[in-house]
Amino acid sequence: MTDTTASPTLTPVDRARRFLAAEARWSWLEIVFWIVAFALAFGFRSNHLLFAEIAILALFAVSLDLILGYAGIVSLGHAAFFGLGAYTVGIMARSGWGDPLTGLVAAAVTAGILGFVTSFLVLRGTDLTRLMITLGVASLLHETANKLDWLTGGADGLQGMMVGPVLGRFSFDLYGTTAYVYALSVLFVVVLGLRVLVHSPFGHTLRAIRDNPLRARAIGIPVARRLIAAYTLAAMIAGIAGALLAQTSGFASLDVLEFHRSADVMLVLVIGGSGRLYGGILGAIVFRLAQDGIATLTPQYWQFWIGLGLVALVLAGRDRLETAGRRLVARALPWLAAKETTR
Amino acid sequence: MTLALETRGLMKSFGGLIATNDVSLQLPKGARHALIGPNGAGKTTLINLLTGVLTPTSGEILLDGRDIGSLGVEQRVRLGLTRTFQINQLFGDLTPIETVALAVSERQGRGGDWWRRVGTKGAVLDELVEVLDRFDLTDRMTEQTRLLPYGKQRLLEIAVALATRPRVLLLDEPAAGVPEGEREEILEAVADLPKDVTVVLIEHDMDLVFRFAESISVLVAGAVLTEGTVEQIKSDPRVKAVYLGESEA
Repeated sequence: MTDTTASPTLTPVDRARRFLAAEARWSWLEIVFWIVAFALAFGFRSNHLLFAEIAILALFAVSLDLILGYAGIVSLGHAAFFGLGAYTVGIMARSGWGDPLTGLVAAAVTAGILGFVTSFLVLRGTDLTRLMITLGVASLLHETANKLDWLTGGADGLQGMMVGPVLGRFSFDLYGTTAYVYALSVLFVVVLGLRVLVHSPFGHTLRAIRDNPLRARAIGIPVARRLIAAYTLAAMIAGIAGALLAQTSGFASLDVLEFHRSADVMLVLVIGGSGRLYGGILGAIVFRLAQDGIATLTPQYWQFWIGLGLVALVLAGRDRLETAGRRLVARALPWLAAKETTR
Repeated sequence: MTLALETRGLMKSFGGLIATNDVSLQLPKGARHALIGPNGAGKTTLINLLTGVLTPTSGEILLDGRDIGSLGVEQRVRLGLTRTFQINQLFGDLTPIETVALAVSERQGRGGDWWRRVGTKGAVLDELVEVLDRFDLTDRMTEQTRLLPYGKQRLLEIAVALATRPRVLLLDEPAAGVPEGEREEILEAVADLPKDVTVVLIEHDMDLVFRFAESISVLVAGAVLTEGTVEQIKSDPRVKAVYLGESEA
């Protein structure tokens, strides 16, 4: 084991610099993950639609992680931004603007505006009031979409979306290969950006605010301004996730604003772990594959098994499972574990 | 000479209860001032008024001659008024490096940078190591704060406040809860604070007050009972009656 931070010959400034650089360094696990994820586009063709769904759910979860895991804002209404993004590209595509990428930008803008405006409601109050407020905002949006049926199609959903090819070249195919590569690429780009952000001074102030907002203010951090920025950014990313779903499925309905979306994405973070960026991705994979696998075995009772699994997970504690997992890996593949600890 | 910190007729009432009653303090630059008083004397309310957590019912607060009475907590920090807490208020998941870097970045106006990694600005690194070094924290600067011994956490509590480069530093019982063996280190750190920083010590512990402070204000029932040099306060029979006498009993 080579601990780069404890060498006595280094000056404290060098040690500090190295420590901070090591915190943000790419781990081999991350690199392997992305290579495998993109490689999957060349096989398992019949599963590409499922993979695309997972990538979209992962993106949605990563956006919730930014406010929940990093900034400490609990939300039970994150679907508001997801749904708004979906309807934004849906309505654009129905009106003749079917270009996917500019659609994503538009979805990010509309969801970002809603995020910015509602962030002022979320700033005040404790966790419980935040849960209620976010839940309320999502319900309001759901009901609005239901009432405005001339625009949204109401309960029937938005019919007649014409989504164009990505970059003008790659049309969405029946297997979902384009959908998967497209969604995965967007997820990759967002994660690249967030990797920078969470290790930046801005990202550190979010963690400080989560840990202790009282002290954060007392050392001069403008808490309100940082939370508004984080909430708006998370809303934009959720809007992009919703837009991806609408584009890849060619459809948007009230389902994108339903409460279960907000709840599911919270569960995804519970499974994968919050405040670690990849927790949302891992959670999305486990959640969606479990859902799919169990639904094949027992189509009627899959929710029961998912629920049971969650209760077990929470009771056992993810930290304990993680330690057990690491120990198992260490026994099976000693060289791999050694690499991990030197990180 | 302008005063570093001044209050004029500061009042705070909660309904019928007057928690701070006509408090006027005058602290020159570099002062070592202690604020003492029995429990319920209104020390906490006074800190909250000074730092901007509470708004005074009436009266003024001036920092370097500038009225800061209407500013928020973080604005006052930026102007140079910082406090520490009696019970540690730290960021348990962060390391001392990251904690102090927060304060330094924020003071240099770089706290909102989202496009670059922490530690890529040499000026921030130099300054944060300097602060950690002053409090003898560099050995353990890469450990999670919540895993540090209490005495070290107590030092970090002061270090992160000093990293905001305050003109006036309010120390709220800096040695509270520190085990005997680690106490001396804290007292030395307090005694070694930069001379140009005005320090206000809010304290119960008379040893620490008499050792550290040059002047003392005695707060009783929200009002200043008396103030003066350490010798004057020591020999004041009224102080003995309301405060020292009580603590001996």
